[in-house]
Amino acid sequence: MPTPKKIIRLAHGAGGILQEELIDFITKDISHKNINGGIGVLDLDDGATMPLHNYDQEFVFTADGHTVYPLFFPGGDLGKLSICGTVNDLLMMGAKPLALTSNIIIEEGLSFEILDKIITSFNQTAEEAQIAIICGDTKVMPKGSLQDMIMTTTGIGLRKNTIKIEDKNLKIGDKIIITGPIGDHGTALMAKREGLNISTNLDSDVALLLEIIKSIENEINNNVIHAMKDPTRGGIAGALNHWANKSNLSIFIEEEKVPIRNQVKAICDMLGLDPYNIACEGRALLSVDPNHAEEVLDKIQSTKLGKGAQIIGETKSENPKRVLLNTIVGGTRFIDMPLGEPIPRIC
Amino acid sequence: MDIPGSEILKSKKFTEKLIKNIKANLDAIAKKVKLMHVCGTHEHTISKYGLRSLLPEGIEIVSGPGCPVCVCPAADIDKAIELGKRKDTVITTFGDMIRVPASNISLSELKAEGSDIRIVYGPNDAVKIAKQNPNKEVIFFAIGFETTVPLIGYELKTNPPSNFSVICAHKLIPAALELLISIDRLNIDGFISPGHVATIIGLKPFELFSKSYRVPNVVAGFEPNDVLLGILMLLKQIKSKKYETINEYSRVVKSEGNEVAQNVISEVFKSTVSPWRGIGRILDGGLAIKEKYAEFDADKKFDIEINDAQDIPPGCSCHLVMTGKIYPNECKLFRKTCTPINPIGPCMVSQEGTCSIYYKYHSD
Repeated sequence: MPTPKKIIRLAHGAGGILQEELIDFITKDISHKNINGGIGVLDLDDGATMPLHNYDQEFVFTADGHTVYPLFFPGGDLGKLSICGTVNDLLMMGAKPLALTSNIIIEEGLSFEILDKIITSFNQTAEEAQIAIICGDTKVMPKGSLQDMIMTTTGIGLRKNTIKIEDKNLKIGDKIIITGPIGDHGTALMAKREGLNISTNLDSDVALLLEIIKSIENEINNNVIHAMKDPTRGGIAGALNHWANKSNLSIFIEEEKVPIRNQVKAICDMLGLDPYNIACEGRALLSVDPNHAEEVLDKIQSTKLGKGAQIIGETKSENPKRVLLNTIVGGTRFIDMPLGEPIPRIC
Repeated sequence: MDIPGSEILKSKKFTEKLIKNIKANLDAIAKKVKLMHVCGTHEHTISKYGLRSLLPEGIEIVSGPGCPVCVCPAADIDKAIELGKRKDTVITTFGDMIRVPASNISLSELKAEGSDIRIVYGPNDAVKIAKQNPNKEVIFFAIGFETTVPLIGYELKTNPPSNFSVICAHKLIPAALELLISIDRLNIDGFISPGHVATIIGLKPFELFSKSYRVPNVVAGFEPNDVLLGILMLLKQIKSKKYETINEYSRVVKSEGNEVAQNVISEVFKSTVSPWRGIGRILDGGLAIKEKYAEFDADKKFDIEINDAQDIPPGCSCHLVMTGKIYPNECKLFRKTCTPINPIGPCMVSQEGTCSIYYKYHSD
């Protein structure tokens, strides 16, 4: 048996255990890891904060690389995905999105027609999100060094410095809310993979979470909502495991409460995939004070994007750092951190 | 997408009823019971729905050699690798197969070195590739049990192009079950037999176990309550000491099986002594291509000799896992050096492999 070569594999970017190893490798020797005691690199949260002296707000920053392929997929494209991903990360930190920077790296040979479609979609979504694009960079790389184009963004937002939303801020007894059906984005992309020819009307769920967040602004400001996370790479399995781990508690999920579309179930069954590990691009998970959970749920359900929201579970003290699933037939099993899936990049 | 009326197969109420009945029957038997399934999909259902957590302690469910990727011997993979190294050759196979470590490397490592190795979703895709590439040899590495055999048989029967051939590594389930019964100290009290295999071959080949070996046998489907109902049917037989082969999966399985598929199999293939990875040579444990179709048999078409293939790497306990002697977590490599990302043994590679499923759904 040959020893495995030490190389970066696709799975290192899939939001699982290997990705954590990679991030640790990259970040371990950074000397300054946060500013003024704010959320920094070590916290591995959706973004970082920069507290400001003598001011009641703090800056929130997020960084994101958008490498989806193909560039156009059912329900969206690279441009829309880039803005949604950036804005949603800021919102998940409890911040008001202000501006973003945009880097575009293009493969030699891409047509202006395609670039135009992506940029138009990028600008339209930014307009919808009322976020400014304030600086950027462009590079063109020789043919073959990347697939068509990729974008990277930095999001900048502001939040009240009394807001405590953070991955490690879950409390025992919290209710877990998901704002809609899971797994649409990853499954819709996979169904379009070459050779599968699955005919389905399933669209990616890629969307701005603005309306949902606006509906619960008070609860965010009052710290009734303890944490928020958009379950992108690694799906809800990844996001919930991060929470359980960082907050040192367990999360119990009721399988029958988790909204999953029939198409997603069927396609995942067919391909041997677990919808809990599949990326969403327009959903949020919330950990909410149990006394306010129903109220928060009602508010989210009153929005267009949040109609399918559900309370799917709660946090407990037993089995700390683990996520458990009560299955539809009443059995119990663990939901583990995904390892990283052998599938093409989907976000 | 569900079949109307199939809600009961996942109904919690029905599950509770089944568990109550299972407990009552186990109490009446008044001893521990060890049941074996021989199908990766059964293990998947059991683990995914947490069925072991619902069953009383006195029932042990062990997995037999039910994953076709796992039981494919290293020598056959080495053969595909040797052929894959040749110029103008395309090796096609099912997804999981390309990751299985053989004696030295896997097909996926060979692909990284530049060979043309392609994942297909069925043999018809491989035939398509052969037609599109008339100047290349396109070889389908055929693995699987009775369920995948008819597909390949059909392709060979319907005039595939002359540049298409097959490495035939098909295995047959009944012979493996018979070998398992005879394994010392395994003491299986009953078999949960794979419904999809019975869909093709019918119930008759399974009846041998209840009739000659007096081991209860239930052919079961793949929803959680299918498996639990199967377990209950086995316990009732153990309690009454009347041993039969019962069809739990009657909504799909006909007692005579699928005769069209059987005819395709017997037209193209003959049963043969076959090596199973980690288990050994099994009489009638596999299939070979009949003389009539020899021109499509890669073994005959190409001159390749494989010596000293290594089935089980040092330290790996896949052979013990596959014969139900230990659980994956009793292997000293499990979850330490052997993970789905870095699989050492075959049971960790395939999504149907016992170790891979156990890794995903269990905590220890």
